[in-house]
Amino acid sequence: MSAHVDTHDHDDHGHHKETFITKYIFSQDHKMIAKQYLITGTIMGVIGVLMSLMMRTQIAWPGEPNVLFKALLGKWAPGGVMDADIYLALVTIHGTIMVFFVLTAGLSGTFSNLLIPLQIGARDMASGFLNMVSYWLFFISSLVMVISLFVASGPAAAGWTIYPPLSALPLAQSGSGMGMTLWLVSMAIFIASSLLGSLNYIVTVINLRTKGMSMTRLPLTIWAFFVTAIIGVVSFPVLLSAALLLIMDRSFGTSFFLSDIFIQGEVLHYQGGSPVLFEHLFWFLGHPEVYIVLLPALGITSEVIATNSRKPIFGYRAMVLSILAIAFLSTIVWGHHMFISGMNPFLGSVFTFTTLLIAIPSAVKAFNYITTLWKGNLQFNPAMLFSIGLVSTFITGGLTGIILGDSALDINVHDTYFVVAHFHLVMGISALYGMFAGIYHWYPKLFGRMLNKNLGYVHFWVTAISAYGVFFPMHFIGMAGLPRRYYTNSNFPLFDDLSNVNVLITIFALVGGVFQIVFLYNFVHSMFYGKRAPKNPWRSNTMEWTTEVEHIHGNWEGDIPHVYRWPYDYSKPGYEEDYVPQNIPLKEGEEELHH
Amino acid sequence: MTTFLTILVLVSITVAIWQMVKIFDLSRKPADDSEIATDQDNKVNGYMLLGFLIFIYLITIISFVLWGDLPLLSDAASEHGSDVDSLFILSLVIIFIVQTITQFLLHYFAFIYRGEKGKKALFFADNDKLEFIWTIIPVIVLAGLIISGLFTWTEIMTVDENDDPIVVELYAQQFNWKARYAGEDNVLGKANVRLIDLDKANILGVDESDLNAQDDIIVTELHLPVNRPILFKMRSQDVLHSAYMPHFRAQMNCVPGMITQFSFTPTITTEDYRMLPNIVEKVNNINKIRIKKSEKLASQGEEALDRYDFDFLLLCNKICGKSHYNMQMKIIVETEEEFNAWMAEQKTFAASLIQN
Repeated sequence: MSAHVDTHDHDDHGHHKETFITKYIFSQDHKMIAKQYLITGTIMGVIGVLMSLMMRTQIAWPGEPNVLFKALLGKWAPGGVMDADIYLALVTIHGTIMVFFVLTAGLSGTFSNLLIPLQIGARDMASGFLNMVSYWLFFISSLVMVISLFVASGPAAAGWTIYPPLSALPLAQSGSGMGMTLWLVSMAIFIASSLLGSLNYIVTVINLRTKGMSMTRLPLTIWAFFVTAIIGVVSFPVLLSAALLLIMDRSFGTSFFLSDIFIQGEVLHYQGGSPVLFEHLFWFLGHPEVYIVLLPALGITSEVIATNSRKPIFGYRAMVLSILAIAFLSTIVWGHHMFISGMNPFLGSVFTFTTLLIAIPSAVKAFNYITTLWKGNLQFNPAMLFSIGLVSTFITGGLTGIILGDSALDINVHDTYFVVAHFHLVMGISALYGMFAGIYHWYPKLFGRMLNKNLGYVHFWVTAISAYGVFFPMHFIGMAGLPRRYYTNSNFPLFDDLSNVNVLITIFALVGGVFQIVFLYNFVHSMFYGKRAPKNPWRSNTMEWTTEVEHIHGNWEGDIPHVYRWPYDYSKPGYEEDYVPQNIPLKEGEEELHH
Repeated sequence: MTTFLTILVLVSITVAIWQMVKIFDLSRKPADDSEIATDQDNKVNGYMLLGFLIFIYLITIISFVLWGDLPLLSDAASEHGSDVDSLFILSLVIIFIVQTITQFLLHYFAFIYRGEKGKKALFFADNDKLEFIWTIIPVIVLAGLIISGLFTWTEIMTVDENDDPIVVELYAQQFNWKARYAGEDNVLGKANVRLIDLDKANILGVDESDLNAQDDIIVTELHLPVNRPILFKMRSQDVLHSAYMPHFRAQMNCVPGMITQFSFTPTITTEDYRMLPNIVEKVNNINKIRIKKSEKLASQGEEALDRYDFDFLLLCNKICGKSHYNMQMKIIVETEEEFNAWMAEQKTFAASLIQN
């Protein structure tokens, strides 16, 4: 099968004149689809970050009128004072947008689409049509999510975890009316999009690798995207089922998740359901989702660190095995989000065990990155800085996981700011850094131009300092017992001494948030003004740099190059240059070292 | 008209952008290496990374000095609390050591091996021994943590009925807490939200015909006798809530349709807890902040804040709707005599019902 697709697929298309619509809108070309994902993801990211800045402003200066609120929240901020309902809506939509729309679709969608065909040596995805459908479903789901912000009763406000009954009953919260309906519809479409994308990635990696590209010669990016897609296919359907059952409970009177409810003076008819069931279904996706977000970022980091260290990634085999181990373990740890949900305490013990196990492959990865730097010849391009930043936040954020994964300790910091600090560092910031690293590294491949490096340096350093400034102190207010998702802490004099910490955190957040403008400016400006990219700017080994800078449908003029070696022959003894691309045949007597 | 104008503006913007793109296309700059890191960039960023390592250490030290009086790590007010605290501190120490070392290696290597033209990196792709070492070290450390964690967890979650715990129901609703004591018989009467009868003031849906229910006592302030095991039974009437009692290292979700439980033994009365040096200091500090705030409020013609006195609290810690941020109940731990005296003043369920 692969041999046929391999050959002259692009000739069929080469003669057709592409119209604006087939080239830019309903494109089936993976490179254009990658750009579409990236730009949509970035726009959603701007919305998500703006929301977090509004929340931080409210937390630091609760109840104070603010022009920003007045302008952006309209009727939800009478006189510029934020309403408590909209605060919870911001919490909810910020989480949903960042986790799914930015760090799942924006990250995986962009780089899986761009890199899978280019790095394995394929003309395109296995199904260009499904790929296009996947993007447009993502676009529609983004649109529905954005529209949900404008409904009269307000957007969904039950937290991104949308636990019923809060999310099921409009009587419990105004956001659980039309806003929640749209949220569920949007997510159902999103999941369909994600599944189509993932199936395509899996099939492409398995079937369309060029000659010589054995699984053990795949770049770690591809390994990460491949395994991520598998996790997605395994776990996203479970969230879809949870969403559908919740829709049934909400609209058709079933009782999957609801029972014995008395609200606003009336007994509801629901009987026999359990919210704990929803929690199980939700976290069966929800925890693997962390790795769906993180693994692609780690894959990108592996590639960027090796290239810019001018050294082979240390322990290729261990890296692949740890990706596989993380993927497997990620599906059996979900219960650590539910230690105090009322499930049997024995289950808590089991999940503590599996959860702490996942620290082992994570530690292996961190050590391998550090060893890759050792005795390298490090080139601090912005992508490299973001990758080192990722390893740093991955360690800092990951380490506190051994507290949260330990059921006995989780009791006390569950749902406090300690958790918020932990997951923002280990998955939020880390994955975001991975995404930035990917953008800086592959911008030349995406747009044929270079990003301005000095703006990149400013972007990295301000972001790096403010990220630690925000999330490091946040652990401490968590350890002081401050619950998350509180509109204001002013009803608890107990927490009065934390208010100055909150102001400090907010200042760091505002600075970091505003400085993302530097990135946006660089991103948009360079598309038009940027220096034209050389063919292989980072002197990298992987196959995408053997294609021309100008995009063509089918990726390579003529035959697809064959692959003769693994992708990490940097600074290999016996070679003049410090890199040997994968399509260079082995010299006589040369050994392929890594296995 | 406005619609027409808007369309016109949008069209002209589109045309303008299209024209601009064309101009940029024509004036493309030729490809060169100027956006790729030079030795100078490597040097500057290498030093910056070293500086960043110092920044990470500094923010760690500052955080511990300024906010390191971590209320959740000392002065536990329950029997199991000190076990939790020592495990927490042990974990923190391990984290601190690993964090300090790995961040040092990461940033120091980045600094010392910053790139220079002509230098060649070491071709070092694999080493099974090293891989084995950093697999086995986490395994050993984590095994230790898992084992002690599991012992602590089992101990906390196991309810020993022989201890004769006082049974108290915590009842959650949007947005307040109630507590129901089991009364003389120490058996809670049956209850279900379907039995709620607001006309008769049966607000918790307690079964009026259940004999065990007659002596139940429903209150809005939680009193606990010191050094007696308490078994909490949690119930919610509407959405998920979470009963969070941070000073007792206790938390459990309240789930509509089921009863969850948590038990602990308070070890110190509110009076005594207020006398602890840490708490005295904390309260003084908080009152200083409140006085400052009050001055600001007074200048705006608003009411000043009350003086704060420490009390144990039960907080809602699961997002539950609009007023989630203000769902709390005071907990008072007192001596057995004080507790009994207080209890004697309360009305039983049977007596509190409105008969028509």
